[in-house]
Amino acid sequence: MSPWSFRVCLVAVLGGAVLLSVLNLAVPETAAFHVPTYAVSLAGKYLSYAMLALAVDLVWGFAGILSLGHAAFFALGGYAMGMYLMRQIGTRGVYGNAILPDFMVFLNYKSLPWYWHGFDNPAFAIVMVLLVPAVLALIFGWLAFRSRVSGVYLSIITQALTYALLLAFFRNDMGFGGNNGLTDFKDMFGIPLQEDSTRCGMLIATAIFLCGALLVSRYLVTSRFGKVLIAVRDTESRTRFLGYRPERYKLFVWVLSAVIAGIGGALYVPQVGIINPGEFSPANSIEAVIWVAVGGRGTLVGAVLGAVLVNLGKTVFTGALPELWLFALGALFILVTLLLPGGILGLLGRAPRRPKNATPAPEPAE
Amino acid sequence: MTDDTLLYLDGVSVSFDGFRALNSLSLLLSRGEMRAVIGPNGAGKTTMMDVITGKTRPDTGKVVFGAATDLTKLDEPAIADLGIGRKFQKPTVFEAHSVWDNLLLALAGDRRPRFTLWARQSSEESGRIEDILRTIRLREHRDRRAGDLSHGQKQWLEIGMLLAQEPQLLLVDEPVAGMTDAETEQTAELLREINRTRSVVVVEHDMAFVRALGVKVTVLHEGSVLSEGSIDHVSNDPRVVEVYLGR
Repeated sequence: MSPWSFRVCLVAVLGGAVLLSVLNLAVPETAAFHVPTYAVSLAGKYLSYAMLALAVDLVWGFAGILSLGHAAFFALGGYAMGMYLMRQIGTRGVYGNAILPDFMVFLNYKSLPWYWHGFDNPAFAIVMVLLVPAVLALIFGWLAFRSRVSGVYLSIITQALTYALLLAFFRNDMGFGGNNGLTDFKDMFGIPLQEDSTRCGMLIATAIFLCGALLVSRYLVTSRFGKVLIAVRDTESRTRFLGYRPERYKLFVWVLSAVIAGIGGALYVPQVGIINPGEFSPANSIEAVIWVAVGGRGTLVGAVLGAVLVNLGKTVFTGALPELWLFALGALFILVTLLLPGGILGLLGRAPRRPKNATPAPEPAE
Repeated sequence: MTDDTLLYLDGVSVSFDGFRALNSLSLLLSRGEMRAVIGPNGAGKTTMMDVITGKTRPDTGKVVFGAATDLTKLDEPAIADLGIGRKFQKPTVFEAHSVWDNLLLALAGDRRPRFTLWARQSSEESGRIEDILRTIRLREHRDRRAGDLSHGQKQWLEIGMLLAQEPQLLLVDEPVAGMTDAETEQTAELLREINRTRSVVVVEHDMAFVRALGVKVTVLHEGSVLSEGSIDHVSNDPRVVEVYLGR
């Protein structure tokens, strides 16, 4: 995690977002360099996924917590944003009901469920985007880390968590649109969502949030807190005998990670235009782990790189050979695990370090 | 028990699935004392360390530290905070961190996340780390990854981390296992140096090393004390001879 690769990453994310926006808005559609609007939204989706990947790397790469359910926090942030966007539709829905979203009218809801109140207010919705994933992570993490659940057991529980949420959100009675989820969004903060300029603005906003999350994460992992965290990852019992309480360190980074994932989800929903229970699917969380492994675990930058590259590959691959994508993803994971344990970034970072490591270790002091 | 007592184990018993690892073990350690604990495999040496440091809770018995602190009620971080440091049998350092950072994390101080999140290394902290590096003879290796150190150097680094904790009592589990003769000799010297300011309990197999330390020896066997005294006293004790040489 050298500083230069970190700076390159920040510049690439922000510069890429601005460049795509300029090529979309300022270049005429007939020109060769014009970027179509769907590509702008696609880039925004990748960067939202990159936030999820960053969240996974923070807990997996630096605290050794392999979460196989992190997409749950992403989806919860997404649902909170989706609820706000649903309330913004107002009378423009198919049924023209000012209070009830279309699916509620369709399902014979007489009034708005209590937990939908307040979501017409953007500030409230933003607070919920942060709070809902944070509170779930706090409760889950407090119980798990206090009981010293770790390793594969913890991974299985995180998987169960997201699966339980998947089943719950599928139910029409939950009041989140069941199978179809939330969609048909019209505008956000009074700005129409379908405009090209809105799409570009959302891409740039996602890039800014991603860079902010990268900066916060980097501060965290290079601070003394981060050093303790890495120590916990490698030798948890030793940190206890030094007087540290590993569960507090894990809980803090776990909640922070859930919040980053939640923000990613909230940025994802307006750009993709839909949120449904499929986002809770365990496969999504596992994919996020693969992005991190491909890019390079424990490097932050690798998480972003992996998320963008794998999703770019997915877009191309599912266009050409859709039924083979999962096999390709599985093969990629196996290959990276066997041949590139440090991921792509490990490959880049190893080159200049090798001569230093190759020198024989000095003899112990006499 | 007198005011001089630092650690007092009274009738401590621990069973694992019916196997009695400690059998009504009693032991008294004075302030400033260095004690060597020896015994054949399975005598309960490591379990005794586990009980003192809070890793294992005894079934019966008391473990009193200082004036009247009952260690059996506390967990590992709380006991570490009281001033009991532990060195493991296998050298356990933070391999991904530099030698310097290993010592920095071990330095006595605030262990809470809200402190470490904002902590900046102070000149006082660097000074203390420099002092410890000198004591453990790793000054030239400060920037090396701990994982790249030799076995003996890792052992010293771990002892250095214990010193950084500024404990009143150091528990050292087989410090010279796998060390060369020269390293063993230096380690004995290092422990004597540490003992000038702190109490030390050393668990060891290596009789030559125990002899070199020249301190009071406690022999454990089947979870309780078999014999206690100078090295010459215990090595002439017929019961000890029988346990070590077989019947």
